[in-house]
Amino acid sequence: MALLRSIAISSNKTITLARSARSLTTATLPPLPYSYDALEPVISGEIMMLHHQKHHQTYVTNYNSALELLHTAMDKGDVSAVVGLQSAVKFNGGGHINHSIFWKNLRPVNAGGGEPPHKKLGWQIDTDFGSFNALISKMNAEGAALQGSGWVWLAFDKELKRLKVETTANQDPLVTKGATLVPLLGIDVWEHAYYLQYKNVKLEYLKNIWKIINWEYAGEVYEKEAQ
Amino acid sequence: MALRSVVSRKTLAPALRHYRSLTTFTLPDLPYDYGALEPAISGEIMRLHHQKHHQTYVTNYNKALEQLDAAVSKGDAKGVVQLQSALKFNGGGHVNHSIFWQNLKPVSEGGGEPPHGALGWAIDKDFGSLEALVKKINSEGAALQGSGWVWLALDKEQKILKVETTPNQDPLVTKGVSLVPLLGVDVWEHAYYLQYKNVRPDYLANIWNVINWKYASEVYEKESA
Repeated sequence: MALLRSIAISSNKTITLARSARSLTTATLPPLPYSYDALEPVISGEIMMLHHQKHHQTYVTNYNSALELLHTAMDKGDVSAVVGLQSAVKFNGGGHINHSIFWKNLRPVNAGGGEPPHKKLGWQIDTDFGSFNALISKMNAEGAALQGSGWVWLAFDKELKRLKVETTANQDPLVTKGATLVPLLGIDVWEHAYYLQYKNVKLEYLKNIWKIINWEYAGEVYEKEAQ
Repeated sequence: MALRSVVSRKTLAPALRHYRSLTTFTLPDLPYDYGALEPAISGEIMRLHHQKHHQTYVTNYNKALEQLDAAVSKGDAKGVVQLQSALKFNGGGHVNHSIFWQNLKPVSEGGGEPPHGALGWAIDKDFGSLEALVKKINSEGAALQGSGWVWLALDKEQKILKVETTPNQDPLVTKGVSLVPLLGVDVWEHAYYLQYKNVRPDYLANIWNVINWKYASEVYEKESA
């Protein structure tokens, strides 16, 4: 059923501005595919609610503001303003992209969350990391060692046709680490992702999150990109 | 207070196989109780921030120092260079938090009282007013992407006050060798999330109630002499 469901990462609406011949498509907050408390006890309902309704929504709102300003600057040929807006576009656009992927990477236990990957992705993990457990260890180590805010990713390199573990800082999307990298799984290691529940113990959050990882989604993306 | 060392350390006796001694660091005590900054910053946050976060920077900095010492002794250039990230992050974390605890003071002990004397005049000269400075620090702090710090700095060379930000645990000096930190505000989420959740601007608005302008003035007067 997941195959039939659209895996577009954002729902968009298109605004046509009267005074310009170009149109602007803005972003909207995607709904979660489960209720806020459905990932307990791994991630609390309070965290999920704040993370979705406050943090992700703010990225969407601010991305749309930046897009409007960018649209205007492009209309006017204002190069300085266009360049000046890139930081806001990367941070907020990246935040929207990353969190949209993240909600799909998680799944309640009673809907299959935590079930290990099988078939092609399972074999590829064994090939590239030795074992499923070795991959988990690596992601946990990289996530724990990440300085400041950021994400740890299981990536598929479309060109080299292999899996990699990567990290990105702040809200930088995975593609900033390589144009051929496709995100299969991202784990948010910003403090807001875990602090209310796990306090400073980031490693506990990382060890527990595997119980609700949606390997089915990761497998679908992998099989689509690995053709 | 100015007499108290900002950073506490202990010196280990030199090992037999080299001629330098290694100074390691310990967590400085807070000059007030964990609950003394309420309601601006909760006791729970202060305790975790001091006993867990700052302690971890101290512990990991000491580890990195030991490893650096070994690499330097062996002439292992690659090892030395690889350690720089851990040294900057954990050493910076220790430096920054040591300053931060001095930047805060309970209301009952003068926290929040505006700066007078030379620093007060310098703020009016360089920012127009204290309100303008507070507004600028709040705005830069709110806009900081990710984790980091917002600083009131004295540029010793240009003899002017500045507002700067640094990412992660980068100390102020990474923004300019002539910059002296007078005040640092931690805007990592761990500094406020348990109390203020995602609303960083509320944390920033409230922290001025417990800012220790006396310490900032002492540093300013010493460095601008």
